[in-house]
Amino acid sequence: MEVNITINGSEHASDVEPRTLLVDHIRRTVGLTGTHVGCDTTSCGACTVLMDGTPVKACTVLAAQADGSEVTTVEGLKGADGLHPIQSAFTDDHGLQCGFCTPGMMLVGASLIAENPDPSDDEVRWAISGNLCRCTGYINIVKAIQTAAARVAESSNGS
Amino acid sequence: MVAPTTPAEIGGIGHSVQRKEDARLIEGQGNFLDDIDLPNTLHMAILRSPLAHARINGIDSEAAMALDGVLAVVTGDLMDQHGLAWMPTLSGDTQAVLATDKVRYQGQEVAAVIATDPYIATDALELIEVDYEELPPITTPQQSLEEGAALIRDEKEGQTDNLAYTWETGDQGATEEAFAQADRVVTLETHYPRSHPAPLETCGIVADVNSVTGQATIYMTSQAPHAHRTLFAMVAGLPEQNIRIVSPDIGGGFGNKVPIYPGYVVATAASLLIGQPVKWVESRTENLISTGFARDYYMKGELAVTDEGRILGLRVDMLSDQGAFYSDAQPTQFRAGLFHVVTGSYDFGAAHINCKGAFTNKAPGGVAYRCSFRITEASYLIERLVQTAAYEVGIDPAEMRLRNFIQPEQFPYETATGFVYDSGDYPTALRTAMDEVGYEDLRREQAEARAEGRLIGIGIAHFTEAVGAGPSRTYDIAGLKMIDSAELRVHPTGKAILKLGVKTQGQGHETTFAQIVAEVLGIPANDIKVEHGDTDHTPYGLGTYASRSTPVGGAATAVVARKLADKSKKIAAHLLEAADEDIELASGVFSVAGSPDRSVTIQDVALAAYTNLPEGMEYGLEDVTYYDPPNLTYPYGSYIVVVEVDPDTGVWQVQRMVALDDCGVRINPMIVEGQICGGLTEGFAMSAMQWITFDEDGNCIGANFMDYLVPTAWETPKFELLATEVPSPHHPIGAKGVGESATVGSPAAFVNAVIDAVAHLGVRNIDMPVLPDRVWAAIDEAS
Ligand code: FES
Ligand code: FES
Repeated sequence: MEVNITINGSEHASDVEPRTLLVDHIRRTVGLTGTHVGCDTTSCGACTVLMDGTPVKACTVLAAQADGSEVTTVEGLKGADGLHPIQSAFTDDHGLQCGFCTPGMMLVGASLIAENPDPSDDEVRWAISGNLCRCTGYINIVKAIQTAAARVAESSNGS
Repeated sequence: MVAPTTPAEIGGIGHSVQRKEDARLIEGQGNFLDDIDLPNTLHMAILRSPLAHARINGIDSEAAMALDGVLAVVTGDLMDQHGLAWMPTLSGDTQAVLATDKVRYQGQEVAAVIATDPYIATDALELIEVDYEELPPITTPQQSLEEGAALIRDEKEGQTDNLAYTWETGDQGATEEAFAQADRVVTLETHYPRSHPAPLETCGIVADVNSVTGQATIYMTSQAPHAHRTLFAMVAGLPEQNIRIVSPDIGGGFGNKVPIYPGYVVATAASLLIGQPVKWVESRTENLISTGFARDYYMKGELAVTDEGRILGLRVDMLSDQGAFYSDAQPTQFRAGLFHVVTGSYDFGAAHINCKGAFTNKAPGGVAYRCSFRITEASYLIERLVQTAAYEVGIDPAEMRLRNFIQPEQFPYETATGFVYDSGDYPTALRTAMDEVGYEDLRREQAEARAEGRLIGIGIAHFTEAVGAGPSRTYDIAGLKMIDSAELRVHPTGKAILKLGVKTQGQGHETTFAQIVAEVLGIPANDIKVEHGDTDHTPYGLGTYASRSTPVGGAATAVVARKLADKSKKIAAHLLEAADEDIELASGVFSVAGSPDRSVTIQDVALAAYTNLPEGMEYGLEDVTYYDPPNLTYPYGSYIVVVEVDPDTGVWQVQRMVALDDCGVRINPMIVEGQICGGLTEGFAMSAMQWITFDEDGNCIGANFMDYLVPTAWETPKFELLATEVPSPHHPIGAKGVGESATVGSPAAFVNAVIDAVAHLGVRNIDMPVLPDRVWAAIDEAS
């Protein structure tokens, strides 16, 4: 079937099998491999992308369900003026080790701080509780999301 | 903490240099196994046994073969025709690649489909008919060793029972004597349950065998690419020069990616036969039910103690559940890993350990899950036992430890099992952690809370690890000595490339190993590229596990950098027209002793190495070192956990977790702390929730992330980290390794804390995972 999905600002019209998962579509048809797969029960969040601004687990969405929507993957986080604050904060606060969970974590983080400019420790932990990380113990991920929030707030106060 | 000797721009040892690997990972430009997409790639899916124990009477793959897009269905019989139906394990056993006779555990590999598309390969699995004749499953090692139990390994010549191995160490006579002198014997029986490392990325392979040239390029989630190349050569009979293993970015390993799994062998054979690349990436369920489980030790420990709380001796009796094949990934001479360190941080003269391993109808594995070969089990047992002994003798668990610690002046210290600890200051570590947590006040609060009916518990673990395998006289895997290597080349512009035998899976080697070179030569860490994982482009090594990268590969890096420093000094002397012995090197500047204004930089020297040399010197600035460590290193730590237990539900919450680690010199404090936080989380996970268990039919309970619970950010406690820094005296930069310390040390601290909350009721043990219902039952039974 024909699906038309805007991914990171560019339109992708493709003919897919109806059962194609969005994550496979993004990785295999479109060729963006920053979105990962870590489980088969919608438990890990490694496949998280933003669909019309909301985080979804792309292993549990069919490409067909995303027809007509705007999808942001990790490759789309960076803007014309450089890295998204969440990306630099993850590096600065050592929020990643192996980096496999990182794209999903950053997208959830970016969506959280877009809604909540000053999230508490508990609010961040709750927001990322659908995303597993086996390396970091989460502490620095939480810190990085809060750092990014603070930097966004600071730059919008400054402007 | 020792202050760095290099300025921040150079970023030598002691600087929290930002990680170089992050740049690609935060932009989704990592290159993980499943991201590799070669032209004409075929996809493999594996049919697995639904039964734990059954005879295979036949396999009908006709319908699967007929499916559009299916190229081949590989069975055990086909593999057998090529002599590949069985493969050797790392513990001297054999393991079925694809079952020919029987299936011996649920999830065992029975057949594989090769198709043009992964969806089609999976569809085809459902069309394969296997005629199974069910056999009674054996699901516990106790059952397995009973008289008359069905023989699981009936194919194994000379095997008449289900015993996988026996192992013994220590001095039985001396231990009996110590027990005869004791005022009391304290006993603890506990099970360290089966767990799974479950890195977020599962295992996988892309095998690309060129049938014309015979070149086999094998992309693999491998923690030990060089060792895997040699094993592939030995098992498959491929010429080793034609095998190139490429281990790309790895999404966590934790021991799971050390063994060679049947899927790797089948995919490689299929690529060889078909002449196209074959990709296989495990699903999470496959990962959890069939690859590298960890732990599963039933342990009985006894301590001989005096009424003053002095430990005189230790006796341990253990039974391990090996699953259907004995495939522990461990050095050849060790049957139960380095369990010897069960004597812990304590000074006593006698120990004796007896261990049996049994085959069961469960997945094989026995991998060292974030642990240096059974160290976790050993450390857990002694730390639980010492706390039990404190209760029995009637002294505080902290005091019990302080009375028995090996003292700083006793190092190097030979333990009752013959391991020689390199360095440490245990009393300072424990006292520092106690001060931080406010130990005395906490004990008072605990007593007050008890009076109000609230249950507070304070748990301590003071662990000592043995990592960095290992000296060639003792340590090998499949005959390959456990040395490791580093190759360093400085380019004419003063930039460098460092090539390693070890392989990161998230530990940050691309950053920290560059820092070691920066420390020695003064080349900025950011000017040093670190390459690893590709066997055609890196020197030989045994890989990254058992916290051996820094102790062995890091040592090789320091030594090779020093070799280049020596040559560089000669070049500098030539440039400065001074005597070799008058040249001093600090932070990349070579100067003449006594006249510091006469100097050249490492960058000047690098250029001269290719342009202007002293008479008779060979061009270039490059060398390689293979490092054979003189001893293991012995990191240690003092962990204190405070919990509150709800007496009505058994639910426990961590209130505080103070973790002091001493891993010797810290190369990059930020990365070290990251490793510790990750390790503490996995330790917490094992104590609280992670559990691979089975029902009586041998069905795996814990086959996905809905049943196998790993902690999210919500459950994970917050940690307060502390450090001391006693260097390893034999390591070139004094570092000991840290990746596994926290996973090794922390489970006992968490469990001890819960037990401490209910110890006054007489509770002495609750097996891990310490689930609320188990706590509640223990309280109920005691009161
Ligand atoms: S892969 Fe989508 S939640 Fe795990
Ligand atoms: S950094 Fe490895 S899973 Fe999160």
